[in-house]
Amino acid sequence: MEALLFQIFSGLANGIIYGSVALALVMIYQATHHINFAQGEMATFSTFIAWALIHEAGWSYWVAFFFTVAVSFTGGLLVQRIVLRPMEKAPVLTNVIVFIGLLLIFNALSGMLFDHTIKAFESPFPKESALATRFFAAHQIGSAGVLMVMLFALFAFFKYTSVGLAMRAAAQNPDSAKLVGIRVSWMLGLGWGLAAAIGAVAGMMVAPIVFLDPNMMAGILLYGFAGALLGGIDNPLGAVIGGLVVGVLENLLGAYVIGTELKLTVALVLIVGTLTLRPNGLFGKKVVTRV
Amino acid sequence: MSLKRKLIPLAGLAVLCFSQAVPAQKKYDPGADDKEIKIGNIVPYSGPASAYGTIGKVIGAYFDKVNAEGGINGRKIKYITLDDGYNPAKTLEQARKLVEEEEVLLLFTTVGTPPNSAIHKYMNQKKVPQLFVATGASKWGDPKNFPWTMGWQPPYTTEGRNYSTHLLDTMPQAKVAILYQNDDYGKDYLKGFMEGLGDKAASMVVAQASYEVTDPTVDSQILTLKSSGANVLFNITTPKFAAQAIKKIAEVGWKLDAHYLNSVSTSVGSVLKPAGLENAVGLISVQYMKEPTDPAWVNDADYKAWLAFMQKHYPAGELTTSFNVTGYAHAHTLVQVLKQAGDNLTRENVMKQAASLNMPTLPMLLPGVNVKTSADDFYPIERQQLSKFDGKTWVRFGKIYGR
Amino acid sequence: MNSEIPRKWVWIGGLLLLALLLMLPFLVKNYRVFQFNLVIVYAIAILGLNILTGFNGQISLGHGAFYAFGAYAAAILMDILSVPYWATLPSAFAFCFVFGFVVGFPALRLAGHYLALATFALALAVPQLLKYKKIEALTGGAQGIVLIKPEPPFSFHFLDQPLSADRWLYFFSLAVAALMFLLAWNLLRGRVGRALIAVRDHPIAATAMGINLPVFKSMAFGVSAGITGLAGALSAIVVGFVSPDSFTVNLSIFLLVGAVVGGLASIPGAIFGGIFIQFVPNIADEISKSAPAAIYGLFLIAFMYLLPLGVMGGVKALWARLRSLAAG
Repeated sequence: MEALLFQIFSGLANGIIYGSVALALVMIYQATHHINFAQGEMATFSTFIAWALIHEAGWSYWVAFFFTVAVSFTGGLLVQRIVLRPMEKAPVLTNVIVFIGLLLIFNALSGMLFDHTIKAFESPFPKESALATRFFAAHQIGSAGVLMVMLFALFAFFKYTSVGLAMRAAAQNPDSAKLVGIRVSWMLGLGWGLAAAIGAVAGMMVAPIVFLDPNMMAGILLYGFAGALLGGIDNPLGAVIGGLVVGVLENLLGAYVIGTELKLTVALVLIVGTLTLRPNGLFGKKVVTRV
Repeated sequence: MSLKRKLIPLAGLAVLCFSQAVPAQKKYDPGADDKEIKIGNIVPYSGPASAYGTIGKVIGAYFDKVNAEGGINGRKIKYITLDDGYNPAKTLEQARKLVEEEEVLLLFTTVGTPPNSAIHKYMNQKKVPQLFVATGASKWGDPKNFPWTMGWQPPYTTEGRNYSTHLLDTMPQAKVAILYQNDDYGKDYLKGFMEGLGDKAASMVVAQASYEVTDPTVDSQILTLKSSGANVLFNITTPKFAAQAIKKIAEVGWKLDAHYLNSVSTSVGSVLKPAGLENAVGLISVQYMKEPTDPAWVNDADYKAWLAFMQKHYPAGELTTSFNVTGYAHAHTLVQVLKQAGDNLTRENVMKQAASLNMPTLPMLLPGVNVKTSADDFYPIERQQLSKFDGKTWVRFGKIYGR
Repeated sequence: MNSEIPRKWVWIGGLLLLALLLMLPFLVKNYRVFQFNLVIVYAIAILGLNILTGFNGQISLGHGAFYAFGAYAAAILMDILSVPYWATLPSAFAFCFVFGFVVGFPALRLAGHYLALATFALALAVPQLLKYKKIEALTGGAQGIVLIKPEPPFSFHFLDQPLSADRWLYFFSLAVAALMFLLAWNLLRGRVGRALIAVRDHPIAATAMGINLPVFKSMAFGVSAGITGLAGALSAIVVGFVSPDSFTVNLSIFLLVGAVVGGLASIPGAIFGGIFIQFVPNIADEISKSAPAAIYGLFLIAFMYLLPLGVMGGVKALWARLRSLAAG
């Protein structure tokens, strides 16, 4: 019984990681109606920047943290303004190819600038703090807290602020949005900036657990993607829940059902199966189009 | 005696004198001439295995050094290295380019078992040396069927067997759990370990768990293995996952009587430190190379020479990874082979010299580890010694395995 | 001025191109011929993907899976059952067609990003499936299967060069490609093609017009998978080796890149796509050893800037410009 509990909690801990990445993906989707495949690599790159600030420039953790978030926001905004703006009118798949290009570039840059040996990354939540419990390390509780904060902030932003509303409008119906005076292009840029910032936070929460190297996010992105879609790509809370479900599912499948040799396959089959039953994700809204 | 009779022995003597004065014949195959020797290499510079790319670069840097010091027997090395992204189909394409278009003399230190498997047959068909491949699979030491292919490092299966031999000697009643990477490298180690246990494998191994390179963590696997009640772990993981595993084992409080770690992940600086040095105390592994972050070698002349080389010829290279040590050692071995070949730079002679190596030591190999090959021994390095981590450095103990 | 090219010139141009294609393998070294063979294989694979994604609008990030299954089907048939190499192609097509049709059914419920994820998941699962130890005896596990390259059935010399195994496979692949492209063209220019495009652009209207959507979309999946699977089988023959590492998720991504770069919803586009994904990585490698992938990424982005609708999109635009210039 205890072993089962450990597996579930370990799955939840992983799920927090997937949920954070899923949140960034939802952010970008809400703002642009595109799924950014380069999200993971951008997050890794941001985490490397933080690492360099802490270890090579000697900054303190929280200063480096917030500076990195700010830099990532600006970086995301610039990427949208410079690289993606010309693609706004282009078909979806053309944009996908550009995302793939960005993915390759960020991944290669991380490897070239920061090399491939794994690096330890600090957790801001010390091991012996009051937060630690039997099943969860302090860092995992801490990251869960950070995730909750981001989730609520995002939720409030989209629901209650006018900028958030403008962003959703710009993504859903750019032409009408322009007619009411929303600067659609800048909304897209803002969306990218926010997504990059969330990604940076996710990366800095993930790195202490999995260690920092250029391919850190490769496996996580897929699970984050799965979690986001499972929960509903337009629903931030759904995405986080989706991430948690994926984490627990993966652990339980590997430990009790199918063994580690096929757990990836089975996990994916289950996710796809769930989607066929609920094509908009567990919590997504059904999109009804006029004929 | 008639004059004719006296002349004949004199004439014979004269011919003998002149024949000694004629220089030894220079023989070349494509890729070698009076001025240069062309050497080909394929490593993954892109893709998920791009961490190995530095092996190709450090070899290039070493050849730069050799060329700056005059080359080999007066010939400069022209080094052509290509990327295969760890995709075997691409490896074949690049091998064909090197052999058929660049016309290199030999292929050297290609990385990875699947890439090398893809070109194995081709290289032997074309009769081009596939030397010192950078993988520990046991199939590279088969001179009867594949006379043009040779490995370099101790095979993974041998290492696995060494661990199980030690285990049977010290703890024959142990319950063993195994964590392994689900690919050829992981399965090779597994195979050797199980073979070493023999009939006792079924009763001693109580749990096995694998992971994919794309898995974010191995936490779940560690939990599963712990719950099996095993008190010995054989840890077949690459650096990132090794660090995760060691850290997690400490976190969940799994008390192990013996923890064998494969030699791929023994780096003090890039695996044990991130995992927590105090968590790594008691780890058992084998070594045949000097690990660059091990404090034991800080004042060692050999290590200092390597460091100087890195700083001068490959300043961008990481000083914490053993990849840059293994490439360096590989290159030394090849230079020795080419030196032995002298002016007879045919592919056949290159293989012959590679199969007649007898070096008692090599830079950056542990003392006592030699490089020896013969016509039926295509495993240049076989000696390994067990070592235990004491919290600061790896301390060797016990006998040296291998011939 | 007449804006149509006289038929005579089209025929002459076509014949010249054909002559060049037939002579090409004898003009270059064997290893180049090997590269051309890979281009042909990728072109067929991209053609398959294009039918589904370009013409029918169903995004697939998992066509590498069908390619892999076709390759392994051929490898197993040749290695274990000693089936002659040319007979493995129809078998691979049939096997992958069925598989694709079956996958197509759940895919019916998924649209856009959800379908992309599902197919991406399929591609990701493939290497793990291929390494599964219970079927290791069949698939060779992580070590893969080494195959014997077929020898040409007769000997032949042209311009002083012999008909080597590579050159023979070039002609073989070219013939297979020609057949596939012809079949696809035939399929797509008639009712089926129009129906596919109708389903892509206006699915509800299409249903109202009487097109049986589920069967149709699954058929599209099946045909697309079959063609890409056949390309995979051909690749096993041409390369002579299959292993799980040859069929990672990167392959699926590159096939999609090839389809978009060549031009979606265009048959000749597949050829340009094949050329792109075969040769551009090599060019990137020559430019930078430290980060060839970054250079490749830059190429991708630049390409999408200049030709957002792919090569064929650009060609069509150019053609339209020329015609309007000639007419005006």
